[in-house]
Amino acid sequence: MNNDPAKKRSSISPLGAEGGNIDAANHVTGRSIYVDDIPVMEGLLYVKVFDSPVAHGKIRKIDVTEAEQLDGIVKIFSHKDIPGENQIGGIIPDEPFLADDIVDFRGQPILLIAAEHEDAAEEAIKKIRVEIDPLPVITDPREAFKQGKLLSASRKFVKGDVNEAFKNCTYIFEGSAETGGQEQLYLETQGAYAYPAEHNSVKIFSSTQGPTAVQRTVARVLGVQMNQVEVDVPRLGGGFGGKEDQASAWATMAAMVAYLLKRPAKCIPHRMEDMRMTGKRNPYTTDYKIGLDSKQNILAYQAVFYQNGGAAADLSPAILERTLFHATNSYAIPHVHVTAHSCKTNLPPNTAFRGFGGPQGMFVIEAAIDHAAKELGIEPLQIQRQNMLKNGDEFPYGQIVTECQATHCWDEALDQFNIESVRKEIDYFNLENTFYKKGFSLMPVCFGISFTNTMMNQARALVHVYSDGSVGVSTGAVEMGQGVNTKMLQVAAHAFGISASRIKLESTNTSRVANTSPSAASSTADLNGKALQDACNQVKERLFDFIKKELTDNEDEIIEIKDEVVYINDEASVFNWENLIRQAFMKRINLSAKGHYATPIINFDKSIEKGHPFAYHVYGTALTVVTVDCLRGTYTIDSVKAMHDFGSSMNRVVDLGQCEGGIVQGIGWMTMEEVIYNTEGKLLSNALSTYKIPDIYSVPKELEVRFLPTDGNSYAILKSKAVGEPPLMYGIGAYFAIRNAVLAFNPSAKIPYSAPITPEKVLMSLYQNDQ
Amino acid sequence: MIRFILNDRAVQTDLPSGSTVLDFVRYHKRLTGTKIGCREGDCGACTVLVGDLENGKLVYRSMTSCLMPLGNAAGKHIVSVEGVNMEKLSPVQQAMVDTNGTQCGFCTIGFVMSLTGFVLNENAKQYEQAIAAIDGNICRCTGYKSIERAAAILSDKMTDKPQADTIDWLAANGYIPAYFTTIKAKLEALNASAPIADTGTAGSKLLVGGGTDLVVQKALAVKQSAIQHVYDTNELNRIYLEEGRCHVGGAVTVTAFAESALIQELFPRLPEYIRLVSSTPIRNMATMAGNIVNASPIGDMSIFFLALNSDLILNRNGERRTIKLRDLYKGYKQLDRSPDEIVEQIVFMVPKGADFNFEKVCKRTYLDIASVNSACLVKISNDVIEEIHLAAGGVAPYPRYLAETCAFLKGKMISANRLREAIAIMNSEIAPISDARGTADYKKRLLRQLFLAHFGSRKEIIKQVLSH
Repeated sequence: MNNDPAKKRSSISPLGAEGGNIDAANHVTGRSIYVDDIPVMEGLLYVKVFDSPVAHGKIRKIDVTEAEQLDGIVKIFSHKDIPGENQIGGIIPDEPFLADDIVDFRGQPILLIAAEHEDAAEEAIKKIRVEIDPLPVITDPREAFKQGKLLSASRKFVKGDVNEAFKNCTYIFEGSAETGGQEQLYLETQGAYAYPAEHNSVKIFSSTQGPTAVQRTVARVLGVQMNQVEVDVPRLGGGFGGKEDQASAWATMAAMVAYLLKRPAKCIPHRMEDMRMTGKRNPYTTDYKIGLDSKQNILAYQAVFYQNGGAAADLSPAILERTLFHATNSYAIPHVHVTAHSCKTNLPPNTAFRGFGGPQGMFVIEAAIDHAAKELGIEPLQIQRQNMLKNGDEFPYGQIVTECQATHCWDEALDQFNIESVRKEIDYFNLENTFYKKGFSLMPVCFGISFTNTMMNQARALVHVYSDGSVGVSTGAVEMGQGVNTKMLQVAAHAFGISASRIKLESTNTSRVANTSPSAASSTADLNGKALQDACNQVKERLFDFIKKELTDNEDEIIEIKDEVVYINDEASVFNWENLIRQAFMKRINLSAKGHYATPIINFDKSIEKGHPFAYHVYGTALTVVTVDCLRGTYTIDSVKAMHDFGSSMNRVVDLGQCEGGIVQGIGWMTMEEVIYNTEGKLLSNALSTYKIPDIYSVPKELEVRFLPTDGNSYAILKSKAVGEPPLMYGIGAYFAIRNAVLAFNPSAKIPYSAPITPEKVLMSLYQNDQ
Repeated sequence: MIRFILNDRAVQTDLPSGSTVLDFVRYHKRLTGTKIGCREGDCGACTVLVGDLENGKLVYRSMTSCLMPLGNAAGKHIVSVEGVNMEKLSPVQQAMVDTNGTQCGFCTIGFVMSLTGFVLNENAKQYEQAIAAIDGNICRCTGYKSIERAAAILSDKMTDKPQADTIDWLAANGYIPAYFTTIKAKLEALNASAPIADTGTAGSKLLVGGGTDLVVQKALAVKQSAIQHVYDTNELNRIYLEEGRCHVGGAVTVTAFAESALIQELFPRLPEYIRLVSSTPIRNMATMAGNIVNASPIGDMSIFFLALNSDLILNRNGERRTIKLRDLYKGYKQLDRSPDEIVEQIVFMVPKGADFNFEKVCKRTYLDIASVNSACLVKISNDVIEEIHLAAGGVAPYPRYLAETCAFLKGKMISANRLREAIAIMNSEIAPISDARGTADYKKRLLRQLFLAHFGSRKEIIKQVLSH
């Protein structure tokens, strides 16, 4: 049963934009290796967590005597056993690794159990006795705000003068809107495997989007230098932001046991433990105020965002910032005043999830526009179109709009998807049917590309050309399904002019590429790809110098490598890739290089909240049509059609997959995915049986993504625009389409702008008048 | 000792018969292609194929190995992804590659196994069947569209698949490795040489059927218990008619029930109802008796049989008694049944001249647990309700037979007013609670809607009731 995926790889065109994912053949045969698939060493210990059974309280007593006596239990660790600092907070040091005297959320790790067998650890957990004096529990961000419980300083983006502008508005509408949490639900749970190494070091295989974050956190908790911690990431079974910051705790658990007991250790939570202990997309509740003139121009927009951060800052301050960056979505509004508070509650620290606060911001402006349109008796699309961004406009954060594709996408969408006939068909259907109603919506998206923390927009790559002509590529990019390895392979093949079959993408490893930014913010391919180009070009320059010395004395020759053959002034030379490398090696040419990239032009001054934070923006518009079963309160998504600005896509197969997957994830957030905590901070939607993500039957019957021809952007890798996050926000359209269908059945329904719009909310709105 | 065939090899093991096939395959045989996603049968990442002889024929079904007790593998062919890998990618694998149906890859193996199950089914040729085969597989990356395209490619290729000697044809065409053609004979030999598993006798042992509930609730306890496996007990797997009554064995799986020609004839819209019940791999494992004794307030099959006014035959070491299913439930998870009583049969009168309907609403229409479900058997002649049996789940601590509502409606002329009065009575019979599946208010409202949906052909009356 020999199925060499490398053979398969050679059939994929290295440079073609239609090439598929290089990992696909390994995936379908089960040969891809995730953390739990790595062959383990002798003497493996299993690490389990004893976590807080209450959401807030003071630990009075912990009794592990009985648990420790159980067969198979090696040791039970508490915060007292931590060799370094009891701290895993990334942005703000406010999160203990293991609870000390206070527990701040249900699911907070208190003890680590190291056992010979997983079953023994589970038995031990049942025997641990803890007494906790309860303290008041807050789960509502507005309540937290009232009590002054904030995780970080509040932020405010201001443009113009809203107070003055509201005076000039013909119409002003105010209301509130809220969006719920969302469980990342990567199919592979969190996890890590670690073993002790020489010189008091530890090597960790981690399922993380942020290898350096893991390295830094482990070093801090163990009290060692970063160079004593090696983190290797083979690949992830999904991340979606959930493993950007929160993979660190699990890696630290495995690492601490390995480091202290000098034995290999594995820490992989079961699904319910993962769901209970990790944070999710931040829920938001927001007050908005929108003002328009008599011609439906939006003159002023004001919003106050209350972010539910959970018990520790985690990435919430950065997420909060991106909410403000995208508070006005694709619209040009002259006067803007948006404030955001990161509220501390007794829930697991909420964290990154695809879109990173952007979707939460966009939902509110769309709700405000919908509110205005409904009150004015017009369709929201009139207001949407009329206020769309164009070149020369200024974002509330000071960046000037350039290379704008907003109206281009919008107009093409309406035209190509034939909005007029869609509307007619819906009207006819609704007239004909009593217990089925259809609705539609249009959702524009404008999403900024770059980490909003300018410092993080840097990357490095390491390239080795081996003496047989094969190439090893290491970057800081983590492959988690987004296809970044495929793109990196394309970049290297493109740079060298060689077959992709010669190139291997190595695991992401902190000893090979240091100080990496996490694979996040849709920027992974751009940053690492540009660094990789730099590395490849360095090797190429040395090779070209060598060729010039060997073959010609003329410095002005134009040399290039095409299809593995060296051309000099467009003529094939004696060199092909293999003999070129062999001879260069004999002449002691350096065939390795480290590339570096830092995005130019970007800057942001937090003291004035102005600057040019994004390398570029990605645009698009999606049309969503739904049908609601008005007897049962259920719905189906008939179609989502998106006109998307990919730039010049370097891999249409991968990019289409990102787009389709993102849209469905966004729809899930808006419809069936409901994270429910009770008032005691207990997660009720705590398993796949109670937390539902889209299955194959619930996705849009028709999902069409059109590639809008645009020039791309030179800061995008090979002019192929970032694609990870923007499509998710098309999913917001599902909320408004369903809402519109409900209104077709019950025009007088007062439906709060509250997502997800579950079948429960639909049914209760359909029959609101009964109450 | 449990003996079976794993991929191309005969295996035997002394592991507890209540440990899972998943752990055996992954950690004891180190076949790491099979992934762990949830360990509760809700994601399908651990899907394996299980080949068994059914009436002398080798039939493959997909099952979630995380819930499958090792004892249930005895005498069968267990196939993991390693068992379908060949020199070249199979057309199933190739279709997933060609359509980019895989991104992070973690769920992919489950899809490959489920689609291979579709291919192995001699009767499966349609696109809809290919999609149905993967209704228990969750993917978080792709949004499923690329996987739909893979299913379309595959179903197109199934046109030429013969109904006879399907496995030979599939092996000859590169869908499965050649060793599959030898499995039938090997299984026959294996099953001829007793015992293949020590399934023990009744007594203090834990009764385990398909494992789909017990292993979710208490995997460790099942692993550590002495077990009596009833899943493969022949006499519990029969469906037959006798004197106008239909007998369904306790170990009959949901799939076997759905595939029974006899049952299909009784319930013309059966496929619609069954599609709403969990997923293909779970239906392949879950038994009728398991659904009934688990006493979940929202058990789909319990509701189904309650509305058929079913009887239960309970058997304790040969000592039998018959009770009404609706009398089984005494309170939340409290049953009129001792732990060593086997649910031998569910028996119901063949509905004649009556309409049967099953309704279920959940957050996600398929592969979900109901917020509220309801079934109704009603016989209406000249607008008079001659007979009615109505059951509802999710509105009481146990599956509820709505006796008073039925008593009220019986003999009444159907009208909006009567239905309104019935709803008022129904509301007094239920006591829903607020939980992750909905608030009490919602469940009450939803039951009203589903109750009306049972009278779906009388749109005008429904409109009148709702417009009040």
